[in-house]
Amino acid sequence: MAEVPATADVVVIGAGIVGNSLVHHLTRLGWKNVVQIDKGALPNPGGSTGHASNFIFTVDHSREITDLTLDSVAQYQEMGVFTQSGGFEIARTEERMEELRRRMSSARAWGIEAELVSPSFVKEKVPFIEEDQFIGAFWTPGVGVVDSLRAGTIMRERALATGELTVVPTVEVTGLDTEDGPHGTRRITRVRTTGGDIEAGTVVIAAGVWSPKLGDMAGIGIPLTPAVHQMISVGPCPQLAETDGEISFPIVRDMDTFCYERQHGADMEVGSYAHRAILHEPEDIPSIDQAKLSPTEMPFTEDDFDPQLEQAYELMPELLGAEGAEMRYAINGLLSLTCDGNPILGESEVAGLWTASAVWIKEGPGVGRAVAEWMTHGHSEIDVHHSDIARFHTHQKRREHTRLRTTESFIKTYGIIHPSEQYESDRDQRLSPMHGSQQKLGAVFFETAGWERPFWYESNASLLEHYGDAVMPREHEWDARWWSPIINAEHLRMREAAAVIDLSAFCIFDIEGPEALDVVQGTCVAQCDVAVGKVIYTPVLDAKGGFRSDLTVMRLGDDHFRVVTGGAHGMADRAWFAGHLPESGSTTLTDRTDDTSTIGIWGPRARDILSSLTADDVSDAGFGFLSCREITVASSTGGELTVLASRISYVGELGWELYVPMSQAADLWEALLDAGAPHGAVPAGIGVYGTTGRLEKGYRAYGAELDGERSIVEAGMQRPKVKAADFVGKEAYLAQRDAAPQAVLCTLTVDDHTSASGTKRYMLGGEPILTRDGGTLTDGHGHHPYVTSAGSAPSLGTHVLLAYLPPDQATIGNELAVSYMEELYPVTVGSVDATPLLDPMNERIR
Amino acid sequence: MILVLVEVSPEGEAVETSREAVTFARDLSAAGGGVPVDAVVVGAPGEALVGVLASYGVRRVHALTGAAYDSFSGAAWAAGLIEVRERAGSVVVTAAGTPRGNEVLAHVAARTGLPMAANAISFAGLSPFTVTRQVVSGAALEEMRLSERPALFTIAGHAVQAAPADVPGAGEVVLETPDVADADLVARVVSSEEPEPDLSGTLKSARVVVGAGRGAGSADGFGDLLELADLLDAPLGVSRVVTSLGWRPHHEQVGQTGSRISPDLYIPCGISGAIQHWAGCSTAKTILAINSDPDAPMVTKATHAVIGDLHEIVPAINAEIRRRRG
Amino acid sequence: MTNPLVCVKRVVDSSSEVVLTEDGQGVDGRFAGFTMSAHEECAVELAVQVAAADGGSATVVTLGDADAVEQLRAALAVGCAAATHVVAESATFGPADVARELAAVVRDHEAAGTPHELVLLGNDAADSGDFQVGIRLAYELGWPVVNGVSSVSVSDGEVTASGSGPDGHETFRLPLPAVVTILEGGVAPRYPTVPGRMKAKKVPIEERQTTGSPVGPSRVRLVLPPPSSSNVEVLGQGAAAAPAVVDLFERLGVLSR
Repeated sequence: MAEVPATADVVVIGAGIVGNSLVHHLTRLGWKNVVQIDKGALPNPGGSTGHASNFIFTVDHSREITDLTLDSVAQYQEMGVFTQSGGFEIARTEERMEELRRRMSSARAWGIEAELVSPSFVKEKVPFIEEDQFIGAFWTPGVGVVDSLRAGTIMRERALATGELTVVPTVEVTGLDTEDGPHGTRRITRVRTTGGDIEAGTVVIAAGVWSPKLGDMAGIGIPLTPAVHQMISVGPCPQLAETDGEISFPIVRDMDTFCYERQHGADMEVGSYAHRAILHEPEDIPSIDQAKLSPTEMPFTEDDFDPQLEQAYELMPELLGAEGAEMRYAINGLLSLTCDGNPILGESEVAGLWTASAVWIKEGPGVGRAVAEWMTHGHSEIDVHHSDIARFHTHQKRREHTRLRTTESFIKTYGIIHPSEQYESDRDQRLSPMHGSQQKLGAVFFETAGWERPFWYESNASLLEHYGDAVMPREHEWDARWWSPIINAEHLRMREAAAVIDLSAFCIFDIEGPEALDVVQGTCVAQCDVAVGKVIYTPVLDAKGGFRSDLTVMRLGDDHFRVVTGGAHGMADRAWFAGHLPESGSTTLTDRTDDTSTIGIWGPRARDILSSLTADDVSDAGFGFLSCREITVASSTGGELTVLASRISYVGELGWELYVPMSQAADLWEALLDAGAPHGAVPAGIGVYGTTGRLEKGYRAYGAELDGERSIVEAGMQRPKVKAADFVGKEAYLAQRDAAPQAVLCTLTVDDHTSASGTKRYMLGGEPILTRDGGTLTDGHGHHPYVTSAGSAPSLGTHVLLAYLPPDQATIGNELAVSYMEELYPVTVGSVDATPLLDPMNERIR
Repeated sequence: MILVLVEVSPEGEAVETSREAVTFARDLSAAGGGVPVDAVVVGAPGEALVGVLASYGVRRVHALTGAAYDSFSGAAWAAGLIEVRERAGSVVVTAAGTPRGNEVLAHVAARTGLPMAANAISFAGLSPFTVTRQVVSGAALEEMRLSERPALFTIAGHAVQAAPADVPGAGEVVLETPDVADADLVARVVSSEEPEPDLSGTLKSARVVVGAGRGAGSADGFGDLLELADLLDAPLGVSRVVTSLGWRPHHEQVGQTGSRISPDLYIPCGISGAIQHWAGCSTAKTILAINSDPDAPMVTKATHAVIGDLHEIVPAINAEIRRRRG
Repeated sequence: MTNPLVCVKRVVDSSSEVVLTEDGQGVDGRFAGFTMSAHEECAVELAVQVAAADGGSATVVTLGDADAVEQLRAALAVGCAAATHVVAESATFGPADVARELAAVVRDHEAAGTPHELVLLGNDAADSGDFQVGIRLAYELGWPVVNGVSSVSVSDGEVTASGSGPDGHETFRLPLPAVVTILEGGVAPRYPTVPGRMKAKKVPIEERQTTGSPVGPSRVRLVLPPPSSSNVEVLGQGAAAAPAVVDLFERLGVLSR
C-alpha cells in the first residue's frame, strides 16, 4: 500500500490532464512541497482523460473557452504532443450553414484561421466522404489531436524535476477535514487517504467526474454530473491503414447528426452527442476493479448509438463498410457536464480548498495554468469568471438542477444555440413578489441566477401601433428570436413618460462593523468615504487592474454600507467582498438578497409619479442624484410603506431604485403602476433595462464590456483623480493611466442593415469589426475587435454596437464594417469614450 | 451409499480431481453418519487403481465393461452409472467437476429428471441438503439446495485436498456390464489422436509465458512485450479484454475460457488478474506481475511483482537482458 | 442446407471484479455490462459458418428479459439471419426449465416448416455455470448430444464435431439431428461490422412466451468468496527494478542462449 507524505503546502487530487497541468504550473510558479495523489495508477488512472478522443476544435462562441483552448494548444505544441490534422464541421441543412457563418464570426473575432468551404473541398481532403450528404463545411486548418496521457506525464515529470513534487498513485481520498474560522467561515486542514493523512492548507480537487464526491467530503457543492458520451471504433479500414501515424485525414464533425468521425491509426472513431442524456451519479461510478476497461469506460448501450451508426454510414459508407472493418471497441465514456456548460474553477467557500473540474482535454493545460496563476497571484491572465465556482447560487448547487439542465443541454453539444436561448427545465426557482401580477400582464420571463425576470410585457403590445416603425421591427427570424419589438416600445414609453421595472434579481449585501469603511475603500476604486446617504457607482478591480465587477455602494451609516450588484455575478462579488473582511470577525457581510426587493422607476414623469405617492421631498434639490434615504410611500392598499430610495439610473432617465422588504414589494409594485398609469407609465422588462436603455447611454456591463482582461482606462471609465486610499488594483490602475491604451471601447452605429438578399439584419453581439472593405483590425494586445454588446437604440433610431477598437481606429466618424453571417454592414464610430450618444450632457437624469 | 464416478487416466491411474471427489464424498459420508462410499470406473481396473481407491476408503469399485465402453459416450457412461446406482441404492451420485464429470452427471440428471449442481466446493447442510458451488468461473459462490434423492453434483477441482482415508475401504471390485441402448452410442468418440500442435499449443507447453492485459493500452502497445517474449523465447499470452478489443488474436488468450497454462515462469504485464484470467494461469510455478496498481489481484496473488508502467519497465528489462548477454 | 439454431444467454461480463445484486440472487451488471459467454460467441460463429457452408441460415434464440434482445442483435450482427426471443426472467429459470423452453422452440419451428437439424449451445453459461442445458435439451428432443467440442462441420446429413478430451483430440461423427455444445478455442468469433449491425437492427425478432411455469434454479443465494492472502515479493518500482527482474530470470534459469 502506497503511503503519502504527512504534510504538504498544496495537495492536488487527481492525475488527469488537469491535475498534471496544475502540478506543472504550480511548481513553475514557485510552489513548494506539492503532493499529487490519485486513486488510480499512472499514467492512466482511469478518469475521463484516459478515454478521451483527444481532438481539439479551436473555435467556440465563448471567448473564455476559446482562449483556454488556444493556450492549451500552445502548451500541447510545446510539449510535442499535438498533431495538426485540420477539421471540418459539416452542414446538412441551410439552418446549420447559417450557424457556420456565425461560427466564422467567432473565428474572425478570436483571430483563428477558418473558412467556409464547399463539399468538393471537403471531398478532396476526405476522399471517403459522400459529398451529397451535406451542403457545406466550416474548415479550421489548425484543428488537431493530442496525446493527453503523454502530455500529463511530461508535465508531471517537469514538476518532479523541480524537486518540489511528490506523486502518490493508488491512494484514495477518504476525507477532507476543515476547521472553523471567523464569522462562519471554514478552512481546509487535512486530506485523509487510504495511504495516510496529509496536513495541508491548500488542496485542489482536480478529480473530474469524482469531484462532487470529494466536494461532499468538505461540505462544498461541485455541481457537475458524470454523463455518457458514446464512442465506437471501426477498423481496420484499408483506406486508413495505408497512411502513416495516428491521423492523416481531417476530423469531421457532422454537426446536424451530432456525430464526429476521427481517424485513429487504421481505425475510425465515431463519437456521438445525439443520444439521450445518460447521466450517472458520481457514487455509481465503478471502482477500478469493478470496471471492465476503466471506471469511466462504462458498458456500451448499443440501442442508443444505432441511429448515429446509420448516419455515419451514410456519410462514409466505403470506409465504415470496408471489408474487414469491424466494431471492436465501443464505450459509454463518462465525462463531466455542468448546468451552464462551463468548467468549475477557483476557491470554494472553504478557504484553501480549490477545484478545477468539468474540464475537457481541449482546455486542460490552459485551465491548469490559469488556476495555478489564480492560486499564486489571486488572478489569472485569461479571465475565467464564467467558470468561477463562486458563480453558483444555492439552487444551482442542487444535483437535481445539474441533472435537469445537463439533460436539456446534452443534445445541444453540437446544437445551434441562440445567444439569448433560455432553458426550459428547472425554472421558477426564484420568483419575485410581483410574479403573479407580471404573469397577468403577459410577461415573457427570462432567467437570471434562477430569478424569473420579465423581459417584456405582452400587455404593452398595444404600444406597437402607437410607435410604428420606431420600434425597429426585425425581419429575420434569427434576429427576432428571443426578442420582441415590444421591448423597444416599452423603451420609447419610458423615455416619453416613465417605466416601472422589477429588479428583484439584484444581489444585495450589507457590510457592517467598525472596519466597514476600510473594507469598501479597499475593494472599490471610487471614493467610498462619503457622507451617509450617498450612492457610489464603482469599478472593482483585481490586483493586476482587471475588472472584478462594477457595482453600486450606498452608505447607510458610518459603519454600514450596502452593496448592490447584478444577480448573475452576485455570488462571485459576495465571495470577493467576504474574502476581504478582516480576520477579527468584527465586521460582517450579510446577504439581503432574499429579504429585499428592488423596483425601479425611471422616465421624465418618474418624479411626478413618486411624489404622488409620498409626502417626502423628492425634488432635485431635496433628493439629489446619487443620494439615498428612506421615504414613506402610500401603498396600493391604503397603508404606508417605508422604502429605501436611491436616485441612480442605468437607463439614463430621472428616477429611483426603491428597496422594500420582499413582503411589501408587490404592494409597492401595484402602487407605482396605479399611480403611474395616469402619467402614461408602463411596466418595462429587462430588455429595456439591460440593453436598450444602457446602450443609448453607453453604459458598460460586466461580463460583456468589462472583465478581468479589460482596464478602466480602456473602458473609458477613468475619472480625473484617483483616491488617496489604497485599494486592490490601485498600483496597476495608476500604471494603466500613465500608459497609452492598447484598445479603446467605442460605441458604433450601424449605417445600413440591408443584406445581399434584401433582408434587414440586426447583429446580436460577438460579431467581428473590420475595415469597410473587410480588412482585419488588430489592437495593441494582438486581439481583434468584436461586438461586446449589440442592441436597438430606439430613441436614436439606430442599432448600436459596443466594441474595443485599436486606438488609431477610435475616432468619431471613423467608417468601419461589422461582419454578420458572413456579410459586411457599414458602421460608424459614434463615441470613443463613455460619452453617451443620447443626451450627452445627462440632462434627462436631473 | 455415495457413488463417485472416478476418471482413470490413460496410464490407468485415478486422476487427482477424482481422488479429491472421493475425499469429498468421504467427508460427506462422515457427516451423514458413515454411509459407504463406492466408486464407478470405466473399464476393468488394474490392481494399483483398486489399491489406491481402497486406501481412499472406497468400499466397492464398480467397473463398467463391455463394448459400449470402448470409447467415450456420455450417455453410455450415464446409463451405467444409473444402473449401478439403482442396484446399490445410493443417496448421492457425484463426480469431479471436470468436462467428463460434468457431462456424465448432466446425462444422469437429464435421464432421471433430477437437478444437478456443478462444481460444488462444500456442503452447507444435510437437511435440506445444500451445497456451495462455484459460479461465474469461481468469482462467486452459489448456495444450492438439492432436496431430491439421489443428490447429483460434481466437485470443483481443488475444493478439497485429495487424501487417503484413516481406515481403508474394502476395495471390492464389481464388474458390471450394463445393457446400453444403441441410441446412447450414437454420440461417441469415433477417433482420438494426439492433439495436432495448434496455434495455442506452444502457449500450453511453454516454460515461460509473457502475459499482456489492458495495460498495454492499445493494439500498438505490444512492441516491447513481444520483444521481451522473443528474448525469453516465450510465447505471448493475453487476457480476455485484449482479444475482445481485437488487439491480439484469440488463440493467444489465457484464462478460464482460453488456454490454461502451467509454465515455470509467467510474467503478466498490465493484467489486473480477474478470476477469469487467474483460472488459466494459477498453476504457473512462479508469477512475476508487472502492474501499475500494487493492489491489483494479479499482484497480490503473484510470487514476485514490479510496480509501475509496463511501458517503462519492459523496455528496461529488455535492455538489461541485452546488456548481460553482451 | 443446414439451418442451425444457436442458443445464447445474456450474462454479466465477468472480466472484472464481480458485484452481486442486493438480493444476492444474481450478478450486478451495471458496471461491467452484459454480454454472451465466450463459448456462445464461438457457437454463434460455428452456426454461421455451418449455415454458410451449404446455403442455410442460422437462427439465434435466447431466454431472457427485454434487455436480452441486445444479445440477439449481437448475434444477428455477426451473421445470424433470424432470432427468437423467449421472454422470461432468466434468473427464475433453472437448467431443466430452459431446456424445456428451447425444445419447444425447436419443435414449433419444425412445425412451422423451418426446422433446425442442429442445435448449438455454449458448454456452460458464464454466470450460473450449470453445465447441463444442452444435454437436457437433447433428452427433451430425443436427439444425441455431443458436449464440449470446439469445432463443428456438417456434410451429407452428418455432423462431425471435435475437441480436446482426456484421451487427446477426440472426434465425434453422428447423423443429424443433433445437439452440440461448444467450448471456446476452436474458432475465432468475428466482430460485428457497421453494415452487419445496421442489418441486425432491422431483423424482426420472433417473440414468444414460455410454455409453462418454471421449477426454478434451486438457488438459495449467491455469495462472494473470501479474499485470498498475499505473499508477493515486490522487486521494485518502475524501470529501476529491471536488474532485479533479470536476476530473477537468471535464478530461474530462463535466460539461456
